[in-house]
Formats: sequence, C-alpha cells, structure tokens
Amino acid sequence: MGIDRRAFLKIAGLSTMLGLGGKAALDVFAPGEVEASTKGVPLTAGKRWAMGIDVRLLDDKVISEATAACHRHHNVPDLASAKEEIKWIWEEDYEHSFPGHQHEYVGDDIKHAKFLLLCNHCSNPPCCRVCPTKATWQRPDGIVMMDPHRCIGCRFCMAACPFGARSFNWGDPRRVTRIPELIAKNPGFPFNKDYPTRSKGVVEKCTFCVDLLEKGEQPLCVTAANKIKKGSFTFGDLSDAESSIRVLLRKRYSLRRKSELGTNPNVFYLI
Amino acid sequence: MYDGGKIIAGLIIGIGLLMSPFFYNAGKAAKEPERALTDKAKQAKQCVMDKAYMTSSHFSLLDEWRHTVVRDGERYYKRADGKVFYKSLQVTCMDCHSNKANFCDQCHNYMAVTPYCWDCHIAPEEKK
Repeated sequence: MGIDRRAFLKIAGLSTMLGLGGKAALDVFAPGEVEASTKGVPLTAGKRWAMGIDVRLLDDKVISEATAACHRHHNVPDLASAKEEIKWIWEEDYEHSFPGHQHEYVGDDIKHAKFLLLCNHCSNPPCCRVCPTKATWQRPDGIVMMDPHRCIGCRFCMAACPFGARSFNWGDPRRVTRIPELIAKNPGFPFNKDYPTRSKGVVEKCTFCVDLLEKGEQPLCVTAANKIKKGSFTFGDLSDAESSIRVLLRKRYSLRRKSELGTNPNVFYLI
Repeated sequence: MYDGGKIIAGLIIGIGLLMSPFFYNAGKAAKEPERALTDKAKQAKQCVMDKAYMTSSHFSLLDEWRHTVVRDGERYYKRADGKVFYKSLQVTCMDCHSNKANFCDQCHNYMAVTPYCWDCHIAPEEKK
C-alpha cells in the first residue's frame, strides 16, 4: 500500500529542511568557492585589457624608462625608504617574481634576469573582495580601479593582494617638497601638474593608465618601453581573438605570477 | 517668590552675558566676498552650467563628475549648447578659474567650509 497523506507531509517537510540545511552548510564551508564561481567568469561584453611583457627584451634601459614614464606621469614620489615606498611598477629578480618556479638548475640568463612587475589586474581580484567601501573594484573591461576618494586606508586590499602591487601612503606624499633630503630626489614634484597626487592614508597602485586608455592611447610603460625596444611590451584586448596580445599569446609561451592562487592575472611574461 | 529681586536681576545679567556677542558684533557682519573672475573666465562668458547653478551647487556637479569619471569612466561632459568639456577639476575648471585664492578659498572661508579637494588635486600656481 502507498503512503498516506500524513506520512507524505512528514517526508516532504523533513526533506525540505534537509535541503535548506544542506545548502546553508555548503555556503558556510566553502564561501570562497561559491563567490569565486560567479566572480571568476570573465565578462564578455566590451574589452578585456591585458599586457604582455617580453622578458627577453627587458634590459636596464627599458626598465628604468618604463618606470620613470609611469612614476612621473602619476606623481609617484621617491621616498627613499623601503618601508614607505610607493610603487606602481617596479623591478624584481626572477626568484621573487616567480616563487615556486625557481630551482637550482635554472639557466643563468633567467636566474639573473630582471623583471618588471605591476598590478596584474586579475580577473578574480582578491583585493576587490575584501575592500569594505568598494574603493577598489573591477571595471567591466577588467581593470582593477582605485577610487582614492572612497579609500579609508584599512589596507585590507594590501593584505589580500598576493603580488604586493599596492602601496600605502603613510604620510602626505607632498612632504617630498618640504624635507630637504627628499627634495633632491624629487625635483619638481608634483611632476605632472595635470594629474593629482594622493593624500595621507590612502592606498594606490597601477591603473593600466585608464585615463589614457579612455582617450584611445596605450599605457605609458608600454609606449616608453616600445620606444627603446620595439615589441618589449604588448597591450591589447583579450576578448578579440585577433588582437595583438592574443596573437602573441598563441605564438609564444608565457608565465603569469602565482597563477596557482587562482586570481587569474592579466599580465603575461613571455619567456 | 522668595528672593524675587535677586533671581530676576540674575536672569537679566545672565541673559545679557549670553547675548553680549550679538550686541558686540551687531552691524559688523562680514561682507560677502565677491567672486573674482580671471580674464579667461570672463571671455568664456558661460561656465558648464548657468551662473546661479554654479554658485549654489557647483559641489554637486563636482561630486557627480568625480563619480562618473572615476567609477564609470565617463570623461566628457556635454553642455546644453553642445560644447564638450573634459571632466576634470584640475585640468578643466582650474584652467579658467586659475585664481584659486580669490575664486575658491575666499568664499569657502566666508562659508566656513573646508573641502579636501586640494589634499590631492594640484592647485594652479598663482602670483602672490
């Protein structure tokens, strides 16, 4: 004989409760996974900006010119202190650029190569997930933007970023115009009178030169580096299969920093 | 009322003391500062909105501009007559109104407001 109405209702109620509890338990045990699965999906609308850096073409001149072009345009001061350092783009050695990749038998050309690091504008940016004020967020074109008007200086994003791409203003950056030993290091600060400085207590980082992209130009490090070594930097739209960056990524093998962390970096190092 | 005379006298003295700043400053109201326009601003004749709106609500416009520029990436503003402006306090506004001391600060001091724009944005250099 089949079940009666009472038994059916009991079973239905119990299974509903289990279903609800089971879903909640899943959320509690794996919140990261649930969020990541929605955030990690790359947006297909519009463009997806990415950068390719040819490691073979990086030399001291390219590195210093690209860094100077960026830091001068964005009024990034030289504070002559590793603790207070502000950096948007910076030089690093192989071991610290690609920890986990290195082993004792790596050839000297790579082992002693210099790399240029910057914000990776990850497709799954952990910094944006932890920001309590949405002062940093991901634009539809993939750029991880920073709104210093909204930043409260909590530095959660700095703790979240596995690439050290964010710098905190421990003091007013304009102090470089007042402290004698820093004046000499920053002649004419602010270098670019058309770009703001930052204030004490906000975090800053590379913006992929969003102001220039919106004018139809390329980021400054790309332009500066390509002036010295053509093809050392490539910048383009990942969503277009025939864009320069996509063609290059098909042709050459590339590394991304700490890709095992799942942040999906958009700066590619061509080996 | 016990000791009515003392209480009333005390009240009069007390209220008199409280009101003394008003009597002391009566008729000496600070004059509303006059907006000084640079030659460039005078020549342009019209700002991005009409004068009345700019006087009363320029901060709302600036707030909207910074929001749409930084957060939405909309960098251009079209005036009612079709003229297009690059939305930037530092580059566009201060290009015409390069006399920050007489144009911004004077009025902000009068109204006792201290906007923090200039903590980051760079003010144009002025001849003293």
